[in-house]
Amino acid sequence: MTVAVPLSLIEAFDELARTPDARLIQGGTDLMVEINFNHVKPVDVIALRRIKELRTWQVNSNNTITIGSGVPYQEMEVGQLKELLPALAEAARTVGSPQIRAAGTLGGNLGTCSPAGDGLPVLFALDAIVHLQSLKSSRDLSIHEFMLGVKRNARHTNEIITGVTVPVLDGWQGYAKVGVRNAMVISVASACLAVDKKNNSVRIALGAVGPTIIRCRDAESWLVQQLDLTSATSIDTTIAQEFGRRVALESKPIDDHRSTAEYRRHAVGVLAQRLITRAYTS
Amino acid sequence: MSESIGNEMYTLRINGQDRPVVDAWVGESLLYVLRERLELPGAKGACEQGECGSCTVLMDGDAVCSCLVMAATAVGAEIVTVEGLIEKDPSMAATAEVIASQITDVQQAFITEGGVQCGFCTPGLIVAVHHLLDKNPDPTELQVKESISGNICRCTGYGRIFAAVEAVVQVRKASR
Repeated sequence: MTVAVPLSLIEAFDELARTPDARLIQGGTDLMVEINFNHVKPVDVIALRRIKELRTWQVNSNNTITIGSGVPYQEMEVGQLKELLPALAEAARTVGSPQIRAAGTLGGNLGTCSPAGDGLPVLFALDAIVHLQSLKSSRDLSIHEFMLGVKRNARHTNEIITGVTVPVLDGWQGYAKVGVRNAMVISVASACLAVDKKNNSVRIALGAVGPTIIRCRDAESWLVQQLDLTSATSIDTTIAQEFGRRVALESKPIDDHRSTAEYRRHAVGVLAQRLITRAYTS
Repeated sequence: MSESIGNEMYTLRINGQDRPVVDAWVGESLLYVLRERLELPGAKGACEQGECGSCTVLMDGDAVCSCLVMAATAVGAEIVTVEGLIEKDPSMAATAEVIASQITDVQQAFITEGGVQCGFCTPGLIVAVHHLLDKNPDPTELQVKESISGNICRCTGYGRIFAAVEAVVQVRKASR
């Protein structure tokens, strides 16, 4: 086994050319659990944590934000990122514990592509663009095309996920999740809701209730017909309830060791109802 | 330059010292290397999946779970373990009295306030609390709770731990 610790993307591509089947790691919070429990024994590992160009983020001139794949969750909980991307800040705050948030990254969430990854519903709600780079080329993929299934994504083995770009929206946004306790929990069901006043649309994305994150397009378009998203200051309980019911219908949960499909379907409906109520009560 | 590490030696920077790691499998966790290779058993291993916090160390100023750090990827990082929080006087022998006289204010407060029962979670909590108070000398109750939410204690019920943190905050305030 070899472990490479490149200091730049160029060096990382060299390492990747040398060991094409290497596992890429950022904070290590997923891979090390697998190693500690003897579920995998990787042959080669390339650690991306010291690549400075992946650990930065920037606000772009077209009202979008690009976040490097190595930016740890703790940086999204505070400051300008929290101000401009409140749903991402809320999701970041629910990731594991402070120790996990100091190590874990969006790049890791994307690389692992678990439907329970807390960053992913936010990226789906915001229609994020995922940036992939190889030695010779780079490409941008919509998050909807990037995540293919449970722990499956569209990254080619010669590519490194360098970051994501998301829009700064005008409108309320938030993230909510259900787990067996408050702190340090992998979600049983989660949801991200974002209102986009400029386009008079609402986006809701669900985590841990399907093989990929699920966008509830039917519930979204139904709600737009019930509510003027730009001027409404409150929402009828019956509309919020019906929105939750429609969201739940679009989930595709399964029974597993963390919960039952029935409970998950119920839970995402409640989360959606709560989120839309929060959006129109402040 | 990129460092590629096979099954040969690599060197970690721990508690201000360069510590070579020899003849180790390079996939080992930092926790394992600290405890089994470098004679630093302060960080404790329990869940080995980042849930309990008993293995907490500082890495480049962040509190992290050492069980989730692949040790060989930590080359170039400044690591501080619970052992490194004490400023030892190398001229003094490591007798029980000497060690007791060198413990940090946080460690003393845990003892005085009864924040230690079985003691297994204590090293991780000590590191987490030092980390909190270094960044935020006057935390709110919620900030204290959030900052140690990654450290599980099954004995104390946390009340005595919060009391210990509060005691340190007050003593440090008074001496400022």
